[in-house]
Amino acid sequence: MSKERIGVYVCHCGSNIAGTVDVAEVSRWAGEALKDRGVVVSRDYKFMCSSLGQELIQKDIQEQGLTRVVVAACSPHLHEQTFRNACKEGGLNPYLCELVSIREQCSWIHPDKAVGTEKAKAIVSGGVEKVIWDEPLEPLRVPINPVTLVVGGGIAGIQAALEVANAGYPVIMVEREPSIGGHMAQFDKTFPTLDCAACILTPRMVEVGSHPNVKLFTYAEVTNVSGYVGNFQVTIKQKARSVDTDLCTGCGICQEKCPKKVIDPVFEAGLGYRKAVYTPFPQAVPKYPVIDRENCTYFLKGTCRACEKFCPTGAIDFTQEDEYFTVDVGQIILATGWDLFDARRIPQYGYGRLANVFTSLEFERLTNAAGPTGGKVVLRDGVTVPKSVAIIHCVGSRDKNYNPYCSAICCMQSLKFAHLVHERTGAEVYNFYIDMRTPAKGYEEFYQRVLEEGTHFIRGKVAEITDAARYPGEEGKLIVQAENTLVGKQMRVPVDMVILSAALEPRHDFKEVARLFGISCSEEGWLIERHPKLDPVATMTEGIYIAGCAQGPKDIPASVAQGAAAAARVVGKIQQKEITMEPIRASINQDKCSGCRICNNMCPFNAISFIEDRMVSEVNPALCQGCGTCVAACPAGAISGTVFSDQAILAQLDGLLLNNLKAIDLTPA
Amino acid sequence: MKYSYFPGCSLERNASAYHVSAMAIAEPLGMEFIEVDDWNCCGATEYISLNLTASYALIARNLAQASKETSTKQLVAPCSACYLNLKKCDAYMKESPSLEEKINTALAAGGLSYKGGTLKVRHLLDVVVNDIGYDAIAAKVTKPLKGLRVAPYYGCMIVRPKLGENGTFDNPEYPTTLDKLLKVLGATVIDFPLKAHCCGGHMTQISESTGFELIRRLIKGATDYKADLIVTLCPMCQLNLDAFQGAMNSHFNTSYHMPVLYFTQMIGLAFGMDAASLGIGTELVDARAALAKIGVEVPEAELVVKKPPKEALPMPSMPEEK
Repeated sequence: MSKERIGVYVCHCGSNIAGTVDVAEVSRWAGEALKDRGVVVSRDYKFMCSSLGQELIQKDIQEQGLTRVVVAACSPHLHEQTFRNACKEGGLNPYLCELVSIREQCSWIHPDKAVGTEKAKAIVSGGVEKVIWDEPLEPLRVPINPVTLVVGGGIAGIQAALEVANAGYPVIMVEREPSIGGHMAQFDKTFPTLDCAACILTPRMVEVGSHPNVKLFTYAEVTNVSGYVGNFQVTIKQKARSVDTDLCTGCGICQEKCPKKVIDPVFEAGLGYRKAVYTPFPQAVPKYPVIDRENCTYFLKGTCRACEKFCPTGAIDFTQEDEYFTVDVGQIILATGWDLFDARRIPQYGYGRLANVFTSLEFERLTNAAGPTGGKVVLRDGVTVPKSVAIIHCVGSRDKNYNPYCSAICCMQSLKFAHLVHERTGAEVYNFYIDMRTPAKGYEEFYQRVLEEGTHFIRGKVAEITDAARYPGEEGKLIVQAENTLVGKQMRVPVDMVILSAALEPRHDFKEVARLFGISCSEEGWLIERHPKLDPVATMTEGIYIAGCAQGPKDIPASVAQGAAAAARVVGKIQQKEITMEPIRASINQDKCSGCRICNNMCPFNAISFIEDRMVSEVNPALCQGCGTCVAACPAGAISGTVFSDQAILAQLDGLLLNNLKAIDLTPA
Repeated sequence: MKYSYFPGCSLERNASAYHVSAMAIAEPLGMEFIEVDDWNCCGATEYISLNLTASYALIARNLAQASKETSTKQLVAPCSACYLNLKKCDAYMKESPSLEEKINTALAAGGLSYKGGTLKVRHLLDVVVNDIGYDAIAAKVTKPLKGLRVAPYYGCMIVRPKLGENGTFDNPEYPTTLDKLLKVLGATVIDFPLKAHCCGGHMTQISESTGFELIRRLIKGATDYKADLIVTLCPMCQLNLDAFQGAMNSHFNTSYHMPVLYFTQMIGLAFGMDAASLGIGTELVDARAALAKIGVEVPEAELVVKKPPKEALPMPSMPEEK
């Protein structure tokens, strides 16, 4: 017999639960069968989460002197906070309230009412046994460092950094490339309004570069993250620029004089050249160039030093070494962006074999006024203007062989390409699509405009792009073979140029990034948000936010919106000055810990560290998210979690399995 | 390395050159082939569409026979159709217990049984490039095929469809193993865009014009790329491109001349073997001119005139043509 006075509340959730669970019966049963376990009140109610439902609990706490509350309703993800608050209002410690799910784990998955009712009883019984073990807890409070780290200087990161900086708080931005700007800086025009990408982006870049609240690290990477929300320590590796930024004026003479020309695989997408000492593009922020040591003649052969000779301020410094800085930050926004799908993985599309097959990023550079052809749309020979161009959508997207997801931007991007080809060459344009997806503001109108311009739209997935002529008229052309699914016929379209709208993929090092920051990523590699609809920029790790394409493929407006949203979350937290944290934590019994360190690497939040001098592991309570992985893993049973101690879990299992229940017949009637 | 060997019907007749050359290169490459005892037809391409269970039972009988061999669990088929059928049957039996049970009921009538996944079904090309390896082959090349432009032709059955856990040994849309092999042998390999297109299969028997069109595309493609010859790995492909080339030419009123040889014959030539010992000279579209480029002489096939037996009755004399 428990000395607690427990109240059980069974929710109908309209018909969500009551449809497959006899809630009145569950409530009646709990009141009678669990009486000797301490249940003094048991009620059912249409919507427990409503104000009236909550008042019901509060009234019972006060009038019946309840010491524990079990609510059988939906998943704790949704309403745990609601009922804890209700208990708190009623004068009970909120952590003495247990929410058990009889909706997601019961009514929604059982078609049979008798089975559902019996299972709901078992779940309630488990909840009652568990709540007996619950302890009153107080939330943890930690002060927050107002400095924010933004990783990635694309448009999403830029937006986030500026929002935070303009709110008056310091920002540290880390960018891997020599300049910020990201993929957007590579584009010429942006859909659907055809604004010049540089015209709208570069003012933001300049603002980041000169903002008094922003400290910018370019050509740098984050190599280590420790600490917890409000108090992270981040190690930044500043790769050796070989240029003294205090002396460099950004005049560009070094780039002019450098004799070593190399293909630029990053900014020019492999379609153009740069020097071994370079800034990726003229509007680069910061203006200081870097020396690419893998290609620099001096670093390869020990001679040359042309840049050093001609530099008017003596800023070239071949002796520079990588530097490591450790900074303290309160919160982190990850805006690490995307990589382009390698179109060579679809050999039948001929990219890499057939000269005039281009990727979408290559074509962006081709149309860019500052690109390798000065914005002229020409074939790979650099002079011939194409008379016909095919644009293939969904290359590597929506294809179970490569990426199952839709890359979201390709339809609009392909429409933009169609428009630009049409405008600049007058060529016939053929768009091969699976479905046209133009859902955002102004997008459908742009589609109509491109249709009116006379672009041919062929609904069908391209089977092959070949230079093997079969019929007269095909010689010397690229032939696009596809089934036109609207007509139901195979067709061969000979064209001069093919553009592959390749998929957006997670950064190649997404695993490393996820591990470094202690967050999780989806099967494909996109960083996972806390909730796909209601919490799209937070992660399961407190204090770390995601924005832009790191979270999933999206266009510029959506990336900017996410950057701003993440910034709003960050600023909101900073203004609270301290952070309230759930007190649900694991702790290690130092006497039982054998120092085996099994838990150290298992913790997804890097919350466990090994204390060398005492040879035991310790949980950092501010970092621990209470997931329980270490509790289960500890071979010595030395770790226990508040709210989910071994005793509490075993008691809950006992309740689920043993407590006077009829044997449940799971065969539906 | 020991392998069970499933020749298949065509290697006994029209593709005997493939069989002869495969046997000729086996020894220098260190492959030992043990022919499956009492094997039967794999059902080729048509039978499966008529009666699935019966056709799988027909194929599975070969698997059951081959699995009796204790010294190796690797079954090699040089013919792409045989390879695909055997591999499909093995994979589906492993995947579907109900199919396995049905087939074994049929096999039991002959006192046989087979469990899906027991054997590893391999194509000869897969074995040559992956087990033996390009380096080992390169080491044996004594007469590189220098100056010979070849079009590597895989056909459609060797790498498609993806079957089983490990899928296929090469890219299903644009395979490259034969390309690499021929490069190792010293030939100039063209990047043949039609390498995995269909040769028409048995279309020449069902719809002549369709078959001819498919053959035309391949022969025209190789000719456009200035190939001296097409190298293939499938008796069906070889038959269509070689034996029907003349008929195709007269159908379209064209005059293509594109010899078609097997990759095993090319390996043999690069190893310095005698052309006749590799079955070269039995092809219908003469490869003599092409092979002369690399200094290979192909002896004129001897015209064998059989003397009629003594008991033979005289032939009727035909009227003179006017």
